Amino acid sequence: MANQLLEVSNLRTYFFTEAGVVKAVDDISLSVEEGKTIGLVGESGSGKSVTAQSVLRIVPRPGRVVGGTIKFDGEELLKKSEAEMRKMRGAKMAIVFQDPTTSLNPLYTVEKQLTDILLLHKQLTKNQATAAALKLLEKVGISEPTSRLKAYPHELSGGMKQRVAIARALSCNPKLLFADEPTTNLDVTIQAQVLDLLKQLQKEFGMTMVMITHDMGIVADMTERVTVLYAGKVMEDADTVTLFTEPKHPYTEALLKAVPSVAQTRALEVIPGNIPNLIDPPTGCVFHPRCKYAKEICMKQDPQWEKVSDNHYVACHRWRELKLETRS
Amino acid sequence: MQETLIKVNSLVKHFDVIERGIIGRKKIGEVHAVDSVSFNIQRGETLGLVGESGCGKTTTGKVLLYLEEPTSGSVIFDGVDVFGTFGKGGKHADVKKLRRSMQMVFQNPYTSLDPRMTIFDILSEPFIIHRNIPKEQWQERVYELLRMVNLEEYHAERYPHEFSGGQRQRIAIARALAVDPEFIVCDEPVSSLDVSIRAQILNLLVDLQKKKHFSYLYISHDLSSVRQISHRVAVMYVGEIVELADTNALYDKPLHPYTQALISAVPVPDVKHKTSRIILPGEVPSPINPPTGCRFHPRCSYATDICKQVSPVFEDKLIKGHYVACHHAAKFV
Repeated sequence: MANQLLEVSNLRTYFFTEAGVVKAVDDISLSVEEGKTIGLVGESGSGKSVTAQSVLRIVPRPGRVVGGTIKFDGEELLKKSEAEMRKMRGAKMAIVFQDPTTSLNPLYTVEKQLTDILLLHKQLTKNQATAAALKLLEKVGISEPTSRLKAYPHELSGGMKQRVAIARALSCNPKLLFADEPTTNLDVTIQAQVLDLLKQLQKEFGMTMVMITHDMGIVADMTERVTVLYAGKVMEDADTVTLFTEPKHPYTEALLKAVPSVAQTRALEVIPGNIPNLIDPPTGCVFHPRCKYAKEICMKQDPQWEKVSDNHYVACHRWRELKLETRS
Repeated sequence: MQETLIKVNSLVKHFDVIERGIIGRKKIGEVHAVDSVSFNIQRGETLGLVGESGCGKTTTGKVLLYLEEPTSGSVIFDGVDVFGTFGKGGKHADVKKLRRSMQMVFQNPYTSLDPRMTIFDILSEPFIIHRNIPKEQWQERVYELLRMVNLEEYHAERYPHEFSGGQRQRIAIARALAVDPEFIVCDEPVSSLDVSIRAQILNLLVDLQKKKHFSYLYISHDLSSVRQISHRVAVMYVGEIVELADTNALYDKPLHPYTQALISAVPVPDVKHKTSRIILPGEVPSPINPPTGCRFHPRCSYATDICKQVSPVFEDKLIKGHYVACHHAAKFV
């Protein structure tokens, strides 16, 4: 049995808003094997970012983790004090956010943002920290790193800012890196540069990576295992090749058929309706109002988390009888 | 028989870069947003316009509709000189007629719909301006528009905030359709929508085109959705069109090194697809001071001396109908 670096079980994170309780993450379980890249796929409101925030314990108010366990490297994170968590964040696990213009502090130079975290977690002198920061910038492929150290974020392009954010996340050699839509705001050619960089750094540092994305292309390209989320619940969990070739959940199938591909023109299948309101989610299976295979049982009963094969799990009442297809 | 609806000829749009001093304002440079862009769009055709941010694709769309004043160049729409009509000396009636024929759908339906108007008001406002429909028929026409974009009649009494992003974009499309246009500029119409909703809008645009025979200029940075919807595709880089061809020809056998890199950079949602990504060095150059010669040469692995000095001609002498501006395009045929 391979070593599971992160094991999330029955996680529930709710937001207590004035309009009602938003069940952003509702009974999500997933595990991440050490050294692998897994994908967390879903649309907005599926709970993919909140899952990462819950693990790092940085869920913004009025959100709160209300149940479940999060085991990281043999330790239970939800039982840790805030002081203990501070020692973990940045040092053992880190996150790269979607938008580098907001995740970097506009008032500090690149040097300050990189050395702060090094000084906090490592026993370094200021000069040593600056030298380490310079090395990091070289590592993430920033040209003229010496002069960039003195630059403020607004002096850098989007792609460069994201490289700085990646350098910051990697500065203390974390075991686990969350990449929360790290390339969504970037142009395609810059996206290719950043994805390439992440791949290469992961190999070099032996890091475990959780890639959060809505782009099935990035999933196919970057990940070894995928967890598909929808409306705060896990729909399907499988290794990437299996998920693309033999999906068992209608949502996965629909998603694969609804995205256009640069490699071919094909008829797009429409998923009818909209993403459900999480204050008042549908009864039974959350996907049933948009599912073309839905039957009466889907409206009434929550589907069980069932094992398809050793590494393939699905939450659907009808997975045994359905013959789902993909285009690949 | 194909009929050309729009003819764009050496369109140029430069923005002045102004420095404000104590004494006054001084022009210190020009942003070459669009430089000598030419293309045609046939009736019933979708032309995709792709490129990275800052390449001038949105500006091109806006100048076409005279939402931005062009620096030079001409646009002929169905025999009518667009800039002559909108510019000084154009007759008000002609302006309105042209406005009716050319419409736009914007990227973000959260900002393009007035939050204080009901959907009925939004969709009937064009009737007030253009007086193309008598008042007693407004309701019927609004309902018809809603049905065309797969919404329901009762939605007319609601406000934009009661709708999801996908539904709002349908309303924005319905508003563009209200005046029976022949040509619609769609500027990133699905970029702000969730993946499961994008297919709904893309399919809707195609269905409407089949029914009404519209022409679209589909502007996007998303090469996958452009491939899906376009008959022909133009690729822009730093204000210039570098390649223009039939969709399949362009995607399957691109002749410009930039197009090749752009297409290879897009992750394909298929595990069996083997990609060899061409990673371009550096970043898109500033349009204030574009590189000499071929604007792509500083990032191009095929660049030679001629590329640094001479601007390549945009022509289709290698393959008919496949326009490309590259000195070395013959290598890739």
